[in-house]
Amino acid sequence: MIPVEREALSWALRRRLTWAMFAMLAVFALFLLRSWFLQVLSHDKYSALAQSNRVRTVVEKPERGLVFDRYGRPLVDNVPSFDLALVLDDVADLSATVEQVAGLLGLEPEPIREAARRQRSTIPYLPVTVRKNLTLRQVADVEWAHIPGVVVLAETERHHIYGEMAAHLLGYVGEITERQLADPAYAGVLPGTRVGQYGVERSFDRQLRGVPGRRRIEVDAKGFEVRELGREPPTLGNDLYLTIDVEVQKAAEEALGDRRGAVVALDPKSGEVLALVSRPAFDAEAISRGISPEDWRRITADPGRPLLNRVVQGAYPPGSIFKVAVASAIMETLPEPYTYFCTGQHPFMGRTYRDWKVQGHGRIDLFRAIVESCDVFFYEYGDRLGIDTIADYASRFGFGARTGIDLAGENSGTLPSTQWKEETKGEIWYPGETLSAAIGQGYVTATPLQIAAFMAAVANDGKRFVPSVRLGLWDHATDRFIADVPRALSPAAVSPGTIRTLQTALKAVVGSPHGTGTAARSRVTTIAGKTGTAQVVALADDTLHRPDLEDVPVRLRDHAWFAAYAPTDDPRIAVAVLVEHGGHGGGVAGPVARQVIEAFMAAEKTRPGRGTLPEYLASLRTTANGYAP
Amino acid sequence: MFSIDRRIFAHMDWRLVGVMGVILVLGISTIYSVTPQWSHGGTPLYLKQAAWVALGVVAFLAFAALDYDRLLGYAYYLYWFSLGLLVVVAFLGREGMGAQRWVDVAGFSIQPSEPAKLALILCLARYFSTRLGSEGYRFRELLLPAAMVGAPFVLILRQPDLGSALMVLFVFGMMLLVVGVRRRSLMLGSLLAGMALPFFWEFFWHSLKSYQQNRLKIFFNPGSDPLGSGYHVTQSKIAIGAGGLLGQGYLQGTQSQLKFLPEGHTDFIFSVFAEQWGFLGVTVLLLLFAGLVYRGMDIARKARDPAGMLVAAGIVGMISFHIFVNLAMTLGLAPVVGVPLPLMSYGGTSLVTTMAALGILVNVRLQRRLALYR
Repeated sequence: MIPVEREALSWALRRRLTWAMFAMLAVFALFLLRSWFLQVLSHDKYSALAQSNRVRTVVEKPERGLVFDRYGRPLVDNVPSFDLALVLDDVADLSATVEQVAGLLGLEPEPIREAARRQRSTIPYLPVTVRKNLTLRQVADVEWAHIPGVVVLAETERHHIYGEMAAHLLGYVGEITERQLADPAYAGVLPGTRVGQYGVERSFDRQLRGVPGRRRIEVDAKGFEVRELGREPPTLGNDLYLTIDVEVQKAAEEALGDRRGAVVALDPKSGEVLALVSRPAFDAEAISRGISPEDWRRITADPGRPLLNRVVQGAYPPGSIFKVAVASAIMETLPEPYTYFCTGQHPFMGRTYRDWKVQGHGRIDLFRAIVESCDVFFYEYGDRLGIDTIADYASRFGFGARTGIDLAGENSGTLPSTQWKEETKGEIWYPGETLSAAIGQGYVTATPLQIAAFMAAVANDGKRFVPSVRLGLWDHATDRFIADVPRALSPAAVSPGTIRTLQTALKAVVGSPHGTGTAARSRVTTIAGKTGTAQVVALADDTLHRPDLEDVPVRLRDHAWFAAYAPTDDPRIAVAVLVEHGGHGGGVAGPVARQVIEAFMAAEKTRPGRGTLPEYLASLRTTANGYAP
Repeated sequence: MFSIDRRIFAHMDWRLVGVMGVILVLGISTIYSVTPQWSHGGTPLYLKQAAWVALGVVAFLAFAALDYDRLLGYAYYLYWFSLGLLVVVAFLGREGMGAQRWVDVAGFSIQPSEPAKLALILCLARYFSTRLGSEGYRFRELLLPAAMVGAPFVLILRQPDLGSALMVLFVFGMMLLVVGVRRRSLMLGSLLAGMALPFFWEFFWHSLKSYQQNRLKIFFNPGSDPLGSGYHVTQSKIAIGAGGLLGQGYLQGTQSQLKFLPEGHTDFIFSVFAEQWGFLGVTVLLLLFAGLVYRGMDIARKARDPAGMLVAAGIVGMISFHIFVNLAMTLGLAPVVGVPLPLMSYGGTSLVTTMAALGILVNVRLQRRLALYR
């Protein structure tokens, strides 16, 4: 290569290198433009994105309101629980994280994974609880391990101070369902929240649940909190004061014992429920805390149907108690005298209707017919009244209609009439059916609550109230007790004379030697009441003698009723007792009613009256932090 | 040897050294800002980087002092040696972050692909400088250099290290551009490359790990997977954009401080810097890198002989390729390929190789200066 050629070559290379240099510098200019675009023109957008990366709003669950009895004694309060939760958005690999946590805490991974899968939430960064009640040791292990997306929540759980007492009334909480989430009544409630699902927990959930608070926190890329930016504290749920009296409730629970049935006591002058027992019961606290699917299945599959609140959901033939309503119809619509001759049996249209007393009651008037619970008298007069008149008067006392108590799933019972049969069965009414209805059998059914409300109406000269379980609530916003006002219903449209006769008769049921309710007689107070026997299986027409109770299998035995009020001169409590398969009413159910009434009379003396309750409850809160002595 | 020592300081390109020094300091300070000041029984990363810088300075001075002509004399040996290392790493190398790139030598982990790039540049420079013609290269004259490039390319791609493999192609292309290729051979080469592409693409695509395939897919559809493969780019753009005009301030910036931005001390160090110093700081940094490239190309243009031009151009090509790919990636202009930002990103092999390369570059200038006095 000669030097000149070499020189020319170098120039060519140099020229190309200069071009390459400019091309490279142009690339830098491009990067500068891009940076200008990102950092200056789009700064606001990226700033906001950076903000949303690091700032997170987390929900602070409110503490649920407490539940007290009418005298401020706590029934349900809260206890702390440390719960393991996952923030699924921060978990990179769910199954790996679950394995890690399960290994750390010595737990089975599958239930945790299952819980996480089931609760996968649409709300970002909402922790889902996968395991409750960690030990302090486990809490320390989790916090120390610092696994992204794994957090410990300090939660509270329901604690039922009196165990299974009043389980059906108090009820339980459970995770909000899909349907509830869609319901406007649950607007603002976050998925995974435990809301009331039964009893007063459900009825008054809106008051009890409070309002969640919010914390704005700065987090790092793994979702761990770096610092708090702001906080809007949760609003405590309002405390609920129930109308029940712990002492009366306890007496009712003990009096009924383990027998299947129901007891309900009302204040006739306000409709307030003083005690509410349904058996068999369940462990409401355990359900509130979350029970295993197997335990839940065991409860729902129990043939005794413990989840049925028999007081409001159980409809039974009212038996002879219904005669009291029929008696009012007789006095209001038929001319006197009301007498009949009872031979122990009543032939009617080719069939024979029997009295419980085989030898018969002989000549009997209305008053004695109630006291001694003569069936034949009511067969005859029932026939004279006709089913529609009976239905008319019974409905004036609330039969066949829901009482409107603030508990879910109330049964209306059945009050048959010609129209009712036409509509529900598409059949005409047979006159023989009136005879069964007149003694509270056949199609007639009522809930224990309806029976108690009926007794209360009779005791209260026909004045009626909607039964209620809530006395009021403690409003945390104003720090004041807000009392509920009793809701009066239109009084039973019967004349005062009729009511007075009924009251006298009911007094005699317990007080007179021939009465069927002598077992309810008390040395403490005067009790008025009525027995009832709800037939489970209709007796064959030709059965001359009722078989001895012991010979009948339990499931075929009649239900025993007793409805009562006391004291007779100034009624302050009305009670209905139902013992399933208890046999005859008076002897079995009567003593239960008496015990409840006696417990009420004893408790009443030591407690303030209704008028001064708000002041009393307020004074408790300032002196004993809301807890009654 | 020792007499040269004094002269290299007398004729040192102080502007280039100054730019390099400032970038190194910015790099260490940025690493300091995003890595813990303590680690489990280890030295903090910024101190390790400072140690690598010290080693880099030694390499820089050593290569600055070594006549590049003599270096070109060793070029083929260096090439074979580095190729051998690549073969070793292919079979015995250690996997890290999904790729088999590292080999442990005397307690150090090094990536043979880094020195291999340098060896290839020297090798190509020597080959082309001895066969220069005024009419450009014929096609068949390019077969041998193509093979020279092909071997390390395939080995590096297999690791897989997409960034380095592409760099090898880029440097080759740049050298061809500089030495000049006949129009006919350029067309023939393009045609053959086009025909080979389907076969090559198969090999190329399957040699990629699935995360790399994802990155390429994500680039064409960003945001489709913000928490997966697209996460890096998304967070990087957020960090840069959040920096604004003046930046969040040194040691500030939520994206990097709260670790939303991953790899803040390595591949995404530019994003961290941009979040802290804003557009103002980015302008300064880009000017520094542009200055480095400008100085390098100026040295190439003014080199003593075509060999020096090619060596310098290759080195500038290598460094600028890294800068371009890294910035394009962090700015969301190119797919995520794990390429460090030269002189700034944490990582010893890359740093020492870059500084050694800059040493060679400085020597190219030095040789011209010395030639003037001869």
